Amino acid sequence: MASPSTSFPGEHPAKLVINDVSKSFTPSRVLVQALDNVSLTVAEGEFLCLIGPSGCGKSTLLDIIAGLTRPDSGRVLADGKLVEGPGRQRLVMFQESALFPWLDAYGNVMFGLKLRPDLTNRERHKIADYYLELVGLEKFKHAHVHELSGGMKQRVALARALAPDPQVLLMDEPFAALDALTRDQLYDDIQRIWMESRKTIVFVTHNVREAACLGDRVVLMSPSPGRIAEIFEVPLPRPRDINSPDLAGYAYRIAAALKGTLVEGAVSE
Amino acid sequence: MKRLIIAVLFFVVLFAVWDLAVRSGRWSAILLPSPVAVADYIWSALWDGTLIDAAWVTLKRLFIGYLAGVIIGLPLGLLTSTSQILEDTVGALALGLQTLPSVCWVPLALVWFGQTEGAMLFVVIMGTVWSVIIATDNGTRNIPPIYARAARTMGSEGFHKWTRVILPASLPFLVSGMKQGWAFAWRSLMAAEIYVTILTGFGLGHLLHYGRELNAMEQVIGVMIVIVLIGWLADRCLFSPWERFLHRRWGTNVKAS
Repeated sequence: MASPSTSFPGEHPAKLVINDVSKSFTPSRVLVQALDNVSLTVAEGEFLCLIGPSGCGKSTLLDIIAGLTRPDSGRVLADGKLVEGPGRQRLVMFQESALFPWLDAYGNVMFGLKLRPDLTNRERHKIADYYLELVGLEKFKHAHVHELSGGMKQRVALARALAPDPQVLLMDEPFAALDALTRDQLYDDIQRIWMESRKTIVFVTHNVREAACLGDRVVLMSPSPGRIAEIFEVPLPRPRDINSPDLAGYAYRIAAALKGTLVEGAVSE
Repeated sequence: MKRLIIAVLFFVVLFAVWDLAVRSGRWSAILLPSPVAVADYIWSALWDGTLIDAAWVTLKRLFIGYLAGVIIGLPLGLLTSTSQILEDTVGALALGLQTLPSVCWVPLALVWFGQTEGAMLFVVIMGTVWSVIIATDNGTRNIPPIYARAARTMGSEGFHKWTRVILPASLPFLVSGMKQGWAFAWRSLMAAEIYVTILTGFGLGHLLHYGRELNAMEQVIGVMIVIVLIGWLADRCLFSPWERFLHRRWGTNVKAS
């Protein structure tokens, strides 16, 4: 099988280079090949979506990029440097909010900032205020985590991930648990924030429309073993509306390919 | 306000029933003293200082022993939660000894330390330390792993991770563990004080014991009431503020005000 093109066309330098990464797990004595020789390059400032059925290793790949999981073989380079552990250059926004309930919204945003010794306290407060305002929650600064709605929690989580100014933002199905209306609003927000900050974003999802709406490229992964099946480019102008018919065309193609990976996976098993 | 009135009414009725029972004359006044006699005893014992002195001796033992138990138990619990070997050894030991009623330590304490303050402290520490170990261990193991992962990506490692993430995240478990440790310590100390005479200080337990020896039932009941009040106050002053804080932060049990 010819391996699909894995580099982003354009003049942007590579931010992340994923090189022949493999990873397997053995839960309950059955070997699961989560990732099998996956290679991928993410350009600086790119919004890349990873999509695939459950078990295709997309979350594992994200963990490996974050440095939270070590690959069995292969390596990940961030800015040309080998990723050997987690670092605040690559912050993760998780599926569940993962906000700390013992801190209020502001305290959560401050958490990562306090770990940056290069900032003064005054700067930290300024940055935290800025990002809470950016996600529209300046009025909920001192709200406890449980007092926030699901969408607000993920906004705080986004502010918390953005505040320490990481170069790469890794998002692991951050909107999966939210209702459709809240999600649509967050698509607008995340696109606006991305266009302003031009961070490199790797976004894991199992929602085809979401991937087509947000990604410059959509990387489709197939399960058992986890591999890259196909890469789609989505050259639509931004900001994109998730309900636009143009976008639906791309989503349709990706969805058709996604079904293909499921059939293929079923045959090879 | 309404709750307060109901609570006060309840206790007024309780004492009235007690008083009526005494007045009915069915029981000897020596076996069942009237509430007035008990109040009389408490009042005079407060003024002549015996009650204050005894409470002070008891509380000193309790606080020092409890504090030592927490200082020993907390790090041990953190350690057992990090290592499987320690969990299988120290953790198993703690689990076993926690089931041992702490009064069972009294004979050993007497042989080892004699009739000294040391024996009392030993019993209180043994009552506290195991449940604190288990609660800490449980608490840190039950933290959603996502907290630790989120913290790691933000650069929180080692000491920072333990003090700013693991400990606060396990606070709900820690507080209930501390409370249990406190309850065990308090019970074991009372049992020890009734059981043994310590020459260096007369605690509330001794006062209770001598009340029985002198057949002074108003003293026995009076001291019991004082013991109950101290336990109640400790709960209100030491643990309730923490529990309220946790409920507010974690959003559990919202109706508790």
